[in-house]
Amino acid sequence: MIKRFIVLLFLLGLGLVFAGLLSGYSADNELNLTGRYYAEHTAQDIGAANIVTAIIVTYRGLDTLGEVTVLFLTATIVAVLLGRGVAQKGKSLQRDLPKSGELLTTGSFLLVPLILLLGAYVFINGHLTPGGGFQGGAIVASAILLMLLTDPLRHFSHRLISIIESISGLFFLGIGVLGIFLAGGFLDNRIFPIGEFGSLFSAGAIPVIYSLIGLKVGAEFSSMLVNFSETEGS
Amino acid sequence: MIDLMLLVTIFFAIAMIGAALVAIRVKQISIAMLAAGLVSLLASVMFLFFAAPDVAMTEAAIGSGLTTFLFFFVLGRVRGDQRD
Repeated sequence: MIKRFIVLLFLLGLGLVFAGLLSGYSADNELNLTGRYYAEHTAQDIGAANIVTAIIVTYRGLDTLGEVTVLFLTATIVAVLLGRGVAQKGKSLQRDLPKSGELLTTGSFLLVPLILLLGAYVFINGHLTPGGGFQGGAIVASAILLMLLTDPLRHFSHRLISIIESISGLFFLGIGVLGIFLAGGFLDNRIFPIGEFGSLFSAGAIPVIYSLIGLKVGAEFSSMLVNFSETEGS
Repeated sequence: MIDLMLLVTIFFAIAMIGAALVAIRVKQISIAMLAAGLVSLLASVMFLFFAAPDVAMTEAAIGSGLTTFLFFFVLGRVRGDQRD
């Protein structure tokens, strides 16, 4: 009874906070100072058609590096926690799992390459269309998940996944450091020519950085999924 | 125009609350997972209405796609172990 009362009180307090926020809200008719700077300077300074990407990769590139680091830590912790039981069991636990249905098997043959292509498209075109490294990486990982659903005993090379992950992380940092020497600062995208606005090879280093982030995020999510899948019976 | 926007927002908000209540209340776990995925899907459509396609893509890919699949994956694992 008291527990229920506390929950109710907590919900009421949360509702009051939100009501206060809502009553003090008024829609802006024009962009604020920071927003206006981004909207006016992105096209000529960064050369990216998608302003959101320009902010994420260049203006706030350091924050993105932090996000990628957090994701990397999560994947590492999952690997450490779940990877222990795998080594000693090895292949001995290959018990018979029920067959995944014909529909899923046949459908995944068609869908997995298409989903992988869509993921690559999303992160390569991050500077032109909505989306980018994180979204593309998640889409790539969902293709891996579909493969795991179809055949839970399928073996994925941990080595390959970690090599992809480390190399893209290293190159991401390397491009960031190159920016200090060749352009205005850490993670500056103008180490490559900015190119024609709106074309695929434009916006300097943004497509390269976002593709690396996409590969890294995809590899991290995949390694988590593969770790989940290999811990049966522990 | 603004009124139409408001109506759409209210509709999606009510649908999201409904789906969330279904996710909490329903007894079968699989239906609860689907309802939780539906909340994310409706949220991503709402982000699209608010002209934030980047956020909408993230929500659709991670919240509605990957998480729902992962729940089903783990559910299958748990049930498979119970049968042993």
